[in-house]
Amino acid sequence: MSARAQDDGWTLAGRRFRSRLIVGTGKYRDADETRDCLALSGAEIVTVALRRVETEPGKPSLLDAIDRSRYALLPNTAGCYTAEDAIRTCRLARDLGMTDFVKLEVIGDRRTLFPDAEETLAAARLLVKEGFVVLPYTNDDPVMAKKLEDAGCAAVMPLAAPIGSGLGIRNPYNLRIILETVKVPVIVDAGVGTASDAAVTMELGCHAVLMNTGIAGARDPRLMAEAMRDGVVAGRKAFLAGRIPRKLHAAASSPESGLIE
Amino acid sequence: MELNVTVNGESRAVPDGCTVAHLLELLGVDPARVAVERNEDVVPRATWREARLEDGDRLEVVTFVGGGA
Repeated sequence: MSARAQDDGWTLAGRRFRSRLIVGTGKYRDADETRDCLALSGAEIVTVALRRVETEPGKPSLLDAIDRSRYALLPNTAGCYTAEDAIRTCRLARDLGMTDFVKLEVIGDRRTLFPDAEETLAAARLLVKEGFVVLPYTNDDPVMAKKLEDAGCAAVMPLAAPIGSGLGIRNPYNLRIILETVKVPVIVDAGVGTASDAAVTMELGCHAVLMNTGIAGARDPRLMAEAMRDGVVAGRKAFLAGRIPRKLHAAASSPESGLIE
Repeated sequence: MELNVTVNGESRAVPDGCTVAHLLELLGVDPARVAVERNEDVVPRATWREARLEDGDRLEVVTFVGGGA
């Protein structure tokens, strides 16, 4: 067999990753389920949130479920509604997590959890100056994506649909335009509901996809973690292979001559 | 003598001369699993043993929890 094209991974801020699936650590039943789903997803980057510590003796820490030698931590600023709160959260996360990576989210609306573009850009500019590797959650807006790239962000993370909605890829055309517009990696963040959605992000040419609820909220999260892993791998292969053009009419794949009479 | 500080939104009396490291002991939290902010500025973990609390300080003691977006 001749040599085949292989997915050799992608680069984020100079670091090489093989898996294109980034997973969250929220909404799991317990530490065991968290640990299993992270492993089954094949992810190499996992997101975490920062909250006030609860002083209950014996309460297990999330960090017990995450093998730091296996996963890169990506702290998020979920729940922040101003640039200032997001910046404070990033600084604390850096001191705690020993990482410069941050998933910057500045939310503008409680009902939809859509991002506040103005505050996100202001926070991104300052965090880049402070040496953070900034991965901003953004609308599927190519103009905003370009501004975030120009601000020095290491990637852009457009939503596919609202966070936790499972609505899938609402605007594949905007994602394609974002891919044409920026040179940094495009990571689809939020909205993926099932494995075919994950595959579509890859078929579009996105570099990676981030999800949490799609796995944690499934009836069988462990099985869905595997399905998402496989969906991402299949979608990336299909992207590299190059799909056939869509045609209105049929084109027979069996010879049309030599039929018995 | 005691100092009054606010920790994660709740007021608390701590002994005079209390450092950030001592406060974490009083709270019973694992220092490796938290980060600390005082009056909206991070207190770098390397300085916790020397950083003395002052009356009226507002402290945030945070940890990583499960989260996605």
